[in-house]
Amino acid sequence: MSRGVYKWATLLFSLLSTSVFAEGKSMPLNLTKGASDISAQVYDLHMIIFIICAVIGVVVFGAMFVSMLLHRKSRGVTPANFHESTTVEIIWTIIPFIILIGVAIPAANTLIAMEDPSEAEVSIVVTGSQWKWHYKYMDNDVEYYSLLATQQEQIYNKFEKGENYLLEVDRPLVIPTGKKVRFLITSDDVIHSWWVPAFAVKKDANPGFINEAWTNVNEPGVYRGQCAELCGKDHGFMPIVVIAKDPADYQIWVDEQQAIQLAAKEEEQKLLAMNMEMDELMSVGEKVYTSSCAACHQGSGEGLPGIFPALKGSPIALGDVSKHIDVVVSGVSGTAMQAFGKQLSLKELAAVITYERNAWGNSTGDTVQAKDVNAIVKGQ
Amino acid sequence: MSSVAEEVHHDDDHHDHHHTPGIKRWLYTTNHKDIGTLYLWFAFIMFLVGGAMAMVIRAELFQPGMQIVEPNFFNQMTTVHGLVMVFGAVMPAFTGLANWMVPMMIGAPDMALPRMNNWSFWILPFAFLILLSSLFLEGGGPNFGWTFYAPLSTTFSNDSTALFVFSVHIMGASSIMGAINVIVTIMNMRAPGMTYMKMPMFVWTWFITAFLLIAVMPVLAGAVTMVLTDKFFGTSFFNAAGGGDPVMFQHIFWFFGHPEVYIMILPAFGIISHIVPAFARKPLFGYASMVYATASIALLSFIVWAHHMFTTGMPVVAELFFMIATMLISVPTGVKVFNWVATMWRGAMTFEVPMLFALAFIVLFTIGGLSGLMLAITPVDFQYHDTYFVVAHFHYVLVTGAIFSIMAAAYYWLPKWTGKMFDIKLAQWHFWCSLISVNLLFFPMHFVGLAGMPRRIPDYALQFADFNKWISLGGFAFGLSQLIFLALLIKACRKKGDSVPARVWEGAEGLEWEVPSPAPYHTFETPPVIK
Repeated sequence: MSRGVYKWATLLFSLLSTSVFAEGKSMPLNLTKGASDISAQVYDLHMIIFIICAVIGVVVFGAMFVSMLLHRKSRGVTPANFHESTTVEIIWTIIPFIILIGVAIPAANTLIAMEDPSEAEVSIVVTGSQWKWHYKYMDNDVEYYSLLATQQEQIYNKFEKGENYLLEVDRPLVIPTGKKVRFLITSDDVIHSWWVPAFAVKKDANPGFINEAWTNVNEPGVYRGQCAELCGKDHGFMPIVVIAKDPADYQIWVDEQQAIQLAAKEEEQKLLAMNMEMDELMSVGEKVYTSSCAACHQGSGEGLPGIFPALKGSPIALGDVSKHIDVVVSGVSGTAMQAFGKQLSLKELAAVITYERNAWGNSTGDTVQAKDVNAIVKGQ
Repeated sequence: MSSVAEEVHHDDDHHDHHHTPGIKRWLYTTNHKDIGTLYLWFAFIMFLVGGAMAMVIRAELFQPGMQIVEPNFFNQMTTVHGLVMVFGAVMPAFTGLANWMVPMMIGAPDMALPRMNNWSFWILPFAFLILLSSLFLEGGGPNFGWTFYAPLSTTFSNDSTALFVFSVHIMGASSIMGAINVIVTIMNMRAPGMTYMKMPMFVWTWFITAFLLIAVMPVLAGAVTMVLTDKFFGTSFFNAAGGGDPVMFQHIFWFFGHPEVYIMILPAFGIISHIVPAFARKPLFGYASMVYATASIALLSFIVWAHHMFTTGMPVVAELFFMIATMLISVPTGVKVFNWVATMWRGAMTFEVPMLFALAFIVLFTIGGLSGLMLAITPVDFQYHDTYFVVAHFHYVLVTGAIFSIMAAAYYWLPKWTGKMFDIKLAQWHFWCSLISVNLLFFPMHFVGLAGMPRRIPDYALQFADFNKWISLGGFAFGLSQLIFLALLIKACRKKGDSVPARVWEGAEGLEWEVPSPAPYHTFETPPVIK
């Protein structure tokens, strides 16, 4: 008996004492001042209201505990009988009122500043969709998706978890320091919320509407955040990473990105004249499938019954090719199926459709080429 | 305060023939005490069911990484946990207390509409049967949070949404009927001489709560109906592509949802206003101001709903309005807390179990209230919103607030209901285990939230790991502590323990303490006269 208890106690103790992460990154116990003037103001407001609450708590609970110590029957006290005092009631209505006015004024000032995105120097459209962010620079030809970079093996405890577990993305947002950057936030499907604590920016991404927020970051650095509004199955897996660079470095980065994206478009035109082999299509297709499709349809192609349909043996994956292309390119309205036409290149679309038609025993033998996809895209 | 006619001393055999034997007694009963008991047991069972779901949530969050459940099931757990606790545990528990106590407190023989009373209880188990059974369907039950924001609950939900909508409709119908019954009873069946300003605080707070229920439950019914037609019948209330607006859903939902949180706390204020004077042996300080404060809170609760929505992109003027209106609510709420402390001041206190729960309520609810004040400050709310700071806040007001008050009430009136003193040792164990574990469970959540952990996520970044481990341990301990309560209640229902007099607690005041313990099946068949 006692040995059993001892065993359990040891197990419990070892569970509690082992730190689950190697670096021992410790958690701040409070909000931080953040990276902008506004976030510092928000921090100050937080401290003001926190201290007021703490003082009220100490006074009220203090009076209560004194009363519990002194005015107890076991000390032989006789209870008083007072039970009314208009003066006292008025006093403790007025005092909190005055305190509140004292807080409301600085809060209103900060709020008005936070909600004024005018005269921004850089504008970026931030679009949430299940479960990734899309960034489009209004003033340059740069746009891309930003996806969780943490491997599934880490999430499912097969690999050791890295330092920035769940807070790392494949392509971070890049912004300049010392400039007012405006975010135009919207969504393609459900409501998401774009939150970077260091900027004190949290704004909902509402489908069909555009919200504005802004920041002006003081120091170059990497700032991490997460989606803050429940947006379905993988709500916990759509982080935000923002890299702030000083304006010169930022300009270099923008030029580089523009060049890369232009080159990719030219490459795409060339592809239209070429045919890819089945093997190549399948290997590219599997990668694309894993990053863009598996969250819903699952790696096994079996979907989640009742929520996300299976592709394995599905009439669409086995039926008419052009119908299949159409579903992937344009999505299915009224369902969670997104339009991937603007998310993936023609080559990637061709590869992933080929993959879906030939994986998991869907052996149609069809190969789909970039030009087939292009025909459907252009035909619309 | 009162004198009671001798009629309360009936022979036992006089009312025994009212019982139909066996299960039919409970199915057919129109007796307010039987229905109160049904409500209370139902609430307790739902409390354990919802608690079991919380255990699943905390087990998954014990360590980073996905271990026990899949994200989609995790979302079903957070959703159904919320729905079960709000509509299945807290609200029915208060309705059960109202059934038992309101007629006895105002000297009425029963509720005004006894058959409707039976109906309003017996549809509830079916509502929850529907809701809980949806978890076993292909694709699972509702997974969009208890707040069911569109379009996650419309276009992007699965077909079980229809069952969710139907069950919420039934819960709403039950609540509305219960509220009508309370209002009609209080307006028409008070004993001669009991004017409004002589009513006990629990009756007052429930009276106001019932009006809130009638005002907002139909709004909830409207919201779920619009979700139903958007999902299944092609309407576009919340779909921008069809001219609707997803944010409008949130306005409608929170127009229900904010008064709803006061529905879950006003009766608690009433309970505490009975227990504190009883064990301080001193009348409630500022009775009239308590009534006015309750009424002001109820009125203000209709103009603060959008403080749940500061990040949705409202105009700055609207944000300022809702910030200031929300801050205003803390004034009457503060008055209540000050009045309770003033009631204790220079009293002669003893610390029986109901008083322990009441004192814990005052401290811990106030902590929840103060974090609520912090959340009202819009610019800072942008940082707190949808983080564990909010989770900490509303569990402090709902668990250590509403649920602690329900436990205080159960211990306060249990001897009156059973005629026997409950097992005091077990009760003290229950209190101290609950008090320690509930704070281990919810207090660290403040820090986790401030450090940036969003709510409703099944997995988290590594810096949150240590705190979540302790939070989970607190959660398991709090869950286990409630089994002590279960054991105590079973013992109490089997009528174990010492017999108690009519006035169970030395300092207790009110008509319910004038009738014998246990309270006879029928009380006040002849109304008492209040001087």
